[in-house]
Amino acid sequence: MMNAMAGLGRWGMDNVREFGKAGLLLYRVLFCIPHLRKGFPLLVQQIYAEGVLSLLIIVVSSLFIGMVLALQGYHTLAKFGASQELGPLVALSVVRELGPVVTAILFAGRAGSALAAEIGLMKATEQLSSMEMMAVDPLRRVIAPRFWGGFISMPLLTVIFNATAIYGAYLVGVKWLGLDAGVFWSNMQSSVVFRADIVNGIYKSVVFGMAVTWISVAQGYFAVPTSAGIASATTKSVVYSSLVILGLDFILTAMMIGDW
Amino acid sequence: MLPQRLIETLVGLFLLFAIVSLTVLAFKVSGLTSLFPSDSYTISAAFDDIGGLKVRSPVKIGGVQIGEVTGVSLDPVTFKAVVSMRIESGVKDISDDSSASILTAGLLGDNYVAIAPMYSNTYLKNGDQLQFTHSAMVLEKLIGQFIYKMGGGDDAGQSKGEKNANP
Repeated sequence: MMNAMAGLGRWGMDNVREFGKAGLLLYRVLFCIPHLRKGFPLLVQQIYAEGVLSLLIIVVSSLFIGMVLALQGYHTLAKFGASQELGPLVALSVVRELGPVVTAILFAGRAGSALAAEIGLMKATEQLSSMEMMAVDPLRRVIAPRFWGGFISMPLLTVIFNATAIYGAYLVGVKWLGLDAGVFWSNMQSSVVFRADIVNGIYKSVVFGMAVTWISVAQGYFAVPTSAGIASATTKSVVYSSLVILGLDFILTAMMIGDW
Repeated sequence: MLPQRLIETLVGLFLLFAIVSLTVLAFKVSGLTSLFPSDSYTISAAFDDIGGLKVRSPVKIGGVQIGEVTGVSLDPVTFKAVVSMRIESGVKDISDDSSASILTAGLLGDNYVAIAPMYSNTYLKNGDQLQFTHSAMVLEKLIGQFIYKMGGGDDAGQSKGEKNANP
């Protein structure tokens, strides 16, 4: 009994300690003084590695998600004789929920895991320590560009996801199922509000971008420097990111619907 | 490792793609117009009951949209709902004895404000208020009145109904 209690306490303390270390890491990344001339090329490289290379999976999956939503929504709406409301259905569900959440989960799988594995391997092969030996701050050289790269890429990817998903819905709804294009767009325009729907979706994606890159970077940076440790850090970064995204999404939605 | 120049170009394209997407979302999907507001003027009208009228509901003359509702507030003295509307400046000769009514698009559709133009030679200016208004038809009230009339009494209502039913 006492052993169980002690085990629970140790588990709790370990978790809090890890969380605190990750928080310190985030603090140091956020408030380290950036070196503009050297830091900018590194940032661009990371936006390329995390944003541009994720573009393919984002575009393809958003196109198919939009097409499937349109197909499913059309047949359900047609039962109520409301198939002209397909545009609002697809646009609102994509812009408010699916866009930010699916992009963030795909991003966690595509870029977050790569971040954790890369930083973890750098730690295991003592590249981070040798940088310190050469008086290069690994935080500024390795961690900060990766964090900011993901932070910047995520909203951009979300915006692209939204646009292509709605285009996919247009392809299925108008080109295939024969809905009128004017009805499709004008109903969509009359029910989607820029500030309340699209901008709030982008706010969500900014929060998700921060959460995913923070988790991945911290998992990599504090990984146990063995091959098994890197494997578990990679897995954890994806699992934790996905859980945090879904939890945060609920909280953010509740805040947005309750007008903050 | 790709050369830095190529990476920068690809990142630039990525940013451009995102900006184009955002523009599409703003103008094609959400129909954003207030970023560059077209020339317009504001008029208002007081209604007894506005039903389900909301901000951004359309304002129409003869079924053609000429503006939108920009605000709904309650007059604390008369307890009337004051609806302010933004009218495109291209439509400037609305005479001041025109009447505004709140109608419903279809049986269960959204409410909109319909302005019926009249013939006075003085026209509405920015900040003017329409004098003649008709409240929204609230479907529940109509059904309530209908049911009241149907079962309202064994005397007048029903005999009249029977007379109509069997001519």
